[in-house]
Amino acid sequence: MRMKRVDIMKVGVIGIGITKFGEIWEQGLRELLLDAQLRALNDAKIDAKQIDSLFTGNMIAGLASGQLHIGAMAAENLNLNKPSVRVEGACASGSLALRQGIAAIESGSADIVMASGVEKMTDISTEQVTTALMGAGDEELEGFNGLTFPGLYALLASAYMKEYGLKREVLAEVSVKNHFHGARNPYAQYQSEITVDTVLNSTMVADPLTLFDCSPITDGAASIILASEKTAKKMGAEVYITGSGLATDTLSLARRKSLLRLDAGINAAQSAYKQAGITAKDVSFAEVHDCFSIAEIYAVEALGLAKQGEAAQLYTSKQTYFDGKKPVNTSGGLKACGHPVAATGIKQAIEATMQLRGEGGKRQVKGATTGVTYNVGGSGGTACVHVFKKMK
Amino acid sequence: MFRESPIIRWRNYSDRYKLRGYKCTKCSATYFEYKGMCPCGNLDFTEIDFSGRGKIAAFTQIHGGPEAFENKTPYCVAVIDLVEGARIEAQVMDCKYEDLKIGTEVEAVFRKFYSSGEKGVIHYGTKFVPKF
Repeated sequence: MRMKRVDIMKVGVIGIGITKFGEIWEQGLRELLLDAQLRALNDAKIDAKQIDSLFTGNMIAGLASGQLHIGAMAAENLNLNKPSVRVEGACASGSLALRQGIAAIESGSADIVMASGVEKMTDISTEQVTTALMGAGDEELEGFNGLTFPGLYALLASAYMKEYGLKREVLAEVSVKNHFHGARNPYAQYQSEITVDTVLNSTMVADPLTLFDCSPITDGAASIILASEKTAKKMGAEVYITGSGLATDTLSLARRKSLLRLDAGINAAQSAYKQAGITAKDVSFAEVHDCFSIAEIYAVEALGLAKQGEAAQLYTSKQTYFDGKKPVNTSGGLKACGHPVAATGIKQAIEATMQLRGEGGKRQVKGATTGVTYNVGGSGGTACVHVFKKMK
Repeated sequence: MFRESPIIRWRNYSDRYKLRGYKCTKCSATYFEYKGMCPCGNLDFTEIDFSGRGKIAAFTQIHGGPEAFENKTPYCVAVIDLVEGARIEAQVMDCKYEDLKIGTEVEAVFRKFYSSGEKGVIHYGTKFVPKF
């Protein structure tokens, strides 16, 4: 009888490094990236020369800092002349860099890889950031009409709230929970708790989304060092990536099949779960893309943590807190931790690694064995999901 | 940021001014503005000038605008289902925001959008007004 052999991909996480997220006036693009890179090398206890390839996510440095060619910059930072590539997929750029790193190891072209994400956003005005971020939407069909990113997600919120009866106060619970977690995360931009009233009474950005429904403008960088299973085991790594899923959809909302779900998110989750051999029931916690509160509602449904249209229940019953049944965004999410666009995907991977290593401090999820990260580019034009496993 | 070249917008003038779309010759799917390849695999389209009538499928009022629209806030943007089948995103104006609902019927109007700087080209396009 022929046995069916199941090969589960395993790429080890051997080092993590993250800068403080926030308005970091003292550091520029290059310094932020170097800071995260050095911290990751320090955590991995390896020399930079051991890195075979580098992949660095970045979205707006071309517009905000007049700096492109981030691949060469990332290698130069460490005095390396190795293969180094900049990866861009809007707000999902970090996860795409991670996925490229995994692919390099899986292909055999590299044994040790550094995947980073960096964004310097506070050097330009809010209007300029708004314009630059809108590059992730459809410039002709959306940008020309005055749409903004909060505007796109507000359109989704209006359709979802009407269809499923999601209440404004319940949507606010997403931000309240994320600030609760942020208050327990030392590298978060906002380490303060808020209430539902804080969200409801804050400045309107794009109806129904207020300032406290929106992730902030943030500087920051994050780096992660990956190794092949063999090397990672030798180095005593505890955390392995066992699934990576990536899917795309139309740039504009108008050309999507539905406004009530993100198909790219659903497809990315399904392919990552399939590769890792898990289902939504196996997930101990999730780090998801809450660029706006409504985006977290779409995320938990795409990941199968709630059925389509039923995510509200998770929030009214407070199950998404770190000590609940389905912890979501223990880092504080994009809302409280901050959203240095391309650094976010790597930050999610770092939070997953910290939780599985038991380094979650005051926000530690007890007995966590499987973590999932869910990173979105644009209003759902790109979605990238990774599965992290604790292995001893 | 770079100063916008008039050419970028000029290319789409005929589509925008006439609210012109494209209909797939094989599966009849319709799109506002050019669509390269229909999901059915076909590359042939016939031009269709939309009537401009439609219904709101989703809407918002934007209070923090991008550079070109920062002096025009607050303004309303909606996803609109045109009666011919295509779905588009456009501004809805000349109304009280509070009066709008999902399902409100709207009609296309030709309006000024913005100019590229003080001496730059003025851009026009299609906005919508409700039919109460």
